[in-house]
Order: sequence, then structure tokens, then C-alpha cells
Amino acid sequence: MKKVFSRPKSLKDVPFHYCPGCGHSVIHRLVCEVIDELGIQDKTIGVPPAGCAVLAYNYFDVDMCEAPHGRAAAVATGIKRMLPDRVVFTYQGDGDIAAIGTAETIHAANRGERVTCIFVNNAVYGMTGGQMAPTTIPGQVTTTSPGGRIPLRDGNPLDLSAMLALAAGSVFIERTTVINPKGVNRTKKAIKKAFQTQIEDKGFSLVEVLSPCPTNWKMSPAESVNWVEETMSKIFPIQVIKDVA
Amino acid sequence: MSAKTLMRGTHVLGEAAIRSGCRAYFGYPITPQNELPEYMASSFAKMDDAVFVQAESELASINMVIGASATGARVMTSSSSPGISLKQEGISYLAAMELPAVIVNMMRGGPGLGNIAPAQGDYFQATKGGGHGDYRLIVLAPAYGQEIADMTRQAFDLADKYRTPVMILGDGMMGQMMEPVVFPDPLDVSKFPVKDWALTGAKGRPSRIIRSLWLDPPKEEELNWRLVRKYEAISQEITDQEIYLCDDAEIVVVAYGTAARIAKGAVHRVRSQGIKAGLFRPKTLWPFPGEVLASMSKNLEHIVVFEMSTGQMVEDVRLYVEGRCPVSFYGRPGGVVSTPEEIAGVLSGVGSGLIKKSA
Amino acid sequence: MRGRIEIDRERCKGCGLCMTVCPKKRIGISAKLNTKGYYPADFSEDNSSDSEKTACTGCCLCALVCPDVAIEVYREEKE
Repeated sequence: MKKVFSRPKSLKDVPFHYCPGCGHSVIHRLVCEVIDELGIQDKTIGVPPAGCAVLAYNYFDVDMCEAPHGRAAAVATGIKRMLPDRVVFTYQGDGDIAAIGTAETIHAANRGERVTCIFVNNAVYGMTGGQMAPTTIPGQVTTTSPGGRIPLRDGNPLDLSAMLALAAGSVFIERTTVINPKGVNRTKKAIKKAFQTQIEDKGFSLVEVLSPCPTNWKMSPAESVNWVEETMSKIFPIQVIKDVA
Repeated sequence: MSAKTLMRGTHVLGEAAIRSGCRAYFGYPITPQNELPEYMASSFAKMDDAVFVQAESELASINMVIGASATGARVMTSSSSPGISLKQEGISYLAAMELPAVIVNMMRGGPGLGNIAPAQGDYFQATKGGGHGDYRLIVLAPAYGQEIADMTRQAFDLADKYRTPVMILGDGMMGQMMEPVVFPDPLDVSKFPVKDWALTGAKGRPSRIIRSLWLDPPKEEELNWRLVRKYEAISQEITDQEIYLCDDAEIVVVAYGTAARIAKGAVHRVRSQGIKAGLFRPKTLWPFPGEVLASMSKNLEHIVVFEMSTGQMVEDVRLYVEGRCPVSFYGRPGGVVSTPEEIAGVLSGVGSGLIKKSA
Repeated sequence: MRGRIEIDRERCKGCGLCMTVCPKKRIGISAKLNTKGYYPADFSEDNSSDSEKTACTGCCLCALVCPDVAIEVYREEKE
């Protein structure tokens, strides 16, 4: 029989440190599959976040530059401006990109930086132990919203992707999931388009992926998948948010 | 060498940076240093290999510096006191990631928003680790227009040599003052040695990582000690000072930057009154030229530290002098600029005491 | 079309997402722990006479959702 599915070349052959059922590693794999398919492993430079994916450089077999928490879009700007023919991407969680890094991200989009952000939204601060995130949905229990998030007290979930779509410099923004095969395929397609948008020098691109965090949601992996489908995606609808690429 | 040109300090710095091969500038407006980003913007606009970005904040600009430095470029950012506070996070990361960069602080009155007048209240922040963690920042303190040009070249060379951030610490007055300057010839960027750690895409080589996270404590400890060894080498190799009229001096003023220029005028004045005064001017604030000062202090009657602050460098002076002679402090914080007469008055107060004592 | 998967027992963390998507329900959870302390997923080949309906087709759905890239998929070449 012929091997029809295996690990992409640009994904290092090491075990992931992520928890069982975590979406991060699926998204890592998809980014690497896209890098392989576009043949850009030797010209891609990645910027990981602070958060669970801070160790992304242990997995992506491309040049990687760490960034302080939230500042990935600024670091990526510095890299891309110096090396405009390289492919530069950031990989960030919701706390990183939509709380502490909001300004850096919005202004990178507004300048139309030719970078691609992979925004992994799991509605919680994962690495620090499950605190409320900017994307935590109303009623969601976290360690810092123990009775559930109350919008009048704790604020509302922030739709960063929609905000970024308002920036004239952003050209492609899509929200997807990795909770089922269809979602995985769509996410890969979106990532590929986002990278191509950058390669074609069109402007800022971002893919927001709704991603399960069973550990901090205190759910089984299967329950997490259902929660994304039934609850989280009602607040963050799966859709192309902007496409003028 | 260029012909002698009359230029303001911020423009001198910008021109010297470009001649040193700086091809990336990221900044955010703040008074009193805006003429520097303006100079970079207009100069880079005429060059096809240079990048200027006005960022949305000082935070963003220092992080753009991280990214650009990671690609191997000579990169600079500048700001003034409150903005430099915001850059501290990035400076700590630059130190930990061992990335070269030049950071200019044209100090103004503080704390808080303070004012936009020249001051020296950021000495602690610059020399004692303004950001978190166990690191040091090379801090160069020019006092003259020509020295701004020379130290800017030196700053870029040191940053690359030691793979570490370097700060040029000036003040609002220095940035505005016009002085004659001769620039060194521009460096040929294409002849710079290839940085074998830079991120350029893993073409024909294994992929590289530039990082500061070492979750395993022994690994982080290893980084810390490696940095210490580097800082020890820097201390051995680059410490520098100006020693002016100190051979026969009984009183020495210790001052840096603009304060040192004022003090030099005061030294001339009191010498004409028969007081044997001299000036000790640290040109590197970190590493501090404390050993030289310490050996000088054995033969002195008195040291007067003059700063445009409430007294910061004086702590380092006392640390090295270790009571070998009395150390007094005179300071004018808040953007007040003393006159040489005022400082001469301070010195003659001390000096006449000495004259009486020896009579 | 006939297929087969190989699960890397040591990479698998037993999240079970592959089980939920397998159209032929050919994946279960092993009764034996791996060295990391997880009960990994376990693939069973189907050699029954009715295997057209129940055997692995190499559709890759399990591998697509596997968070640990622990599944490799093999498929018979088309004749």
C-alpha cells in the first residue's frame, strides 16, 4: 500500500508538548503542510508568541524569532521590512494577539504589512492556567471569572478579526476551526491563501482558528469539539471576514 | 572624512548612524529628540536599502528593532525619557536574545511626563538595568558634537562585536545644540562580515532560532553566566573617561554629558581664582570607569559630583572612591540647566575651604 | 478501496478524536498504557467477509484531526 498521509517535511519529527486534544499541534501541522506545498521552507521566518505556543520553534523547521508577549506583529514587521522577499508569519494565541498585542496587530494590519498572522483562539489563557481571555465568551467559567464571564463586569468577547478587517491594509481574514476534518481542510486552505496573499505582496493576512483547549475548559477532547461547534462558533462565526486579495 | 559641518546633535547622530551602516530606524515621536527620526526619515527616503518606520508606540518600535536586528541589519531607535521607559521590555529581550541594536535616549525632565527640558534623571535606568532580569547595557555618554559622531560609530561597532544593545545617553540640550563636526567616511554595508546567527531563511543550512526562553533552570543559568562573562570582557575592554586638568588637582568634579561641559567651564573659572580643580568625565557610564577614579581619589582633597538630577551617578562614585576622599553632590534636576558660574560657586565654596585648611 | 493506518503509540495521547471521525469505527482505545502514561488509540484491521462495508478505506479523516500527527495512512493504489 502507498503512504497517503504522513508528517510534513517542515514539521520537526519530535513529539508535541501540547495537552491531549489541543488544537495547536493540528494548526502547526497545517502551517507546515502549506510551507511544504508552496516550497518556501528555506525562505520562511516565523515569530512565535508568549503562551502555550512559545515553543513553536521546537516544531517548525524554519528560522524562528521569539517575540515578547503580544509583540509578534511588530517583530514580524522588523523582519519583513528588512527581508521583503521572505515569507514572514506570526503564530499567536488570543491573549497574545487580542489583549496585550492589540495595538501592534491593528497597526501592522493598518500599515498593510506583508505578513501573515495565525491567530489561535481558544477563549482562554492556556499557558498561565486558564484565566479569562479577551475572547472568553459570556458565561464561560475560567479561573478569573469563576462564576462565568459577566459582560457588564468583565467586558465582552473581543472580535479582533472583525476589527482588523476595518483596517485598509488588511486584505484577507478568515475564521475557521480545526474541530473536524472539514474544518481542518478549510483551515489549511485559508492558511495557504493567507501565505499566497503575502507572497503576492497584496497586504496583511490573518487566519483565526477556533481551537479546543480541553485542559483549561475542563472538558474531554470530544466535549471540547462540541463546545466549539455549539457555543463558541455562535459568538465567533466561521466565515471569511475579509477578502479583497 | 567629511568637511567640517555645523549640525545639531540629533542630526549629527543620524548622519553618523547612516555612515556607520545603520539601515533601519524604528521610532515614535517624543520631544526633545524628534529631529533625529525626522533626519532618518528624510535621509532614508533617498536610499534604496534603508527602512524607516514610524511605529504606533515605543513598544512597537523596540520590537521592530528586535525583528530587524534578528535579520542581521544595523538598526537604531531613539526616544526620550518616558519613551525609553516603554522600551525597557524590548531592551531586556535584546540583551537576552543577544541582539545588537543602538538605542538613543535624549533625556528630559522626569519622573512621569516631567517636561521637555534637558535632564539626567535616567542614569539609574540606563546603567542599572531598566528592564527585568540580569543584564547590562553598554551606555555611552557623549558631551560634544564631534563625540556624538564618534560614539555613534562606536555604538554600532560595540553592539555587533558583543551582540548586545548599546545606549547613547544624551539630553535635550545636546540634541538641539549646533556644533562643528567632521564625520568619518561611510562604511560599505556590503562588506560587513556575515552574521552567522542571523535569520534570513534556512537556505542551505539548518534552521535557526533566536530566543530568550530557557524553561530549564540550568540552561537559563548558563545564559546568565555567559552574559556575565561577556559583560566582564566589555568592562575590561571599553571603559573610557576624559581626565581634564587633574594632574595637580585637589578638587575634581565628576560629571558626564552636558553637565560635564558646564563643569569644565566652572573648572576654568575657579582655576583663575587659584583653586586647583579638575574634571573627571566618564564617557562610558556602564561600564563605569570606577577603577581609574578610585586610584585618582587617593590624591584628592575633595570630589564634587555634579548631575542634572537629584543624585544618581554619585552612588557609583562613592562606591568606587570608598571614602578615600570626601564626595559631595550638587544637582539641578527637573530640566534646570546650571551655568558654569553656578558650579564655579559650588567649587570655590569647597575650594576656599581647602585653601583655608592648608593655610 | 482498502486502506490501513499506523498509529504511533508513543506519540498518541489518547484524546480519541480519531475515533469520533472514523466512518468505519475501526479505532478504539488500547487497554495498555504507553510510556507517557496515556492509553493510546488502537487500530483494528477488518478481515471479515463483509469487509467492504466495515474495513478501513484510507480516507485520512483520523489523520486530519489527530493533534499529534501520530497517524500515518496507507491506501491501495488504484488499479
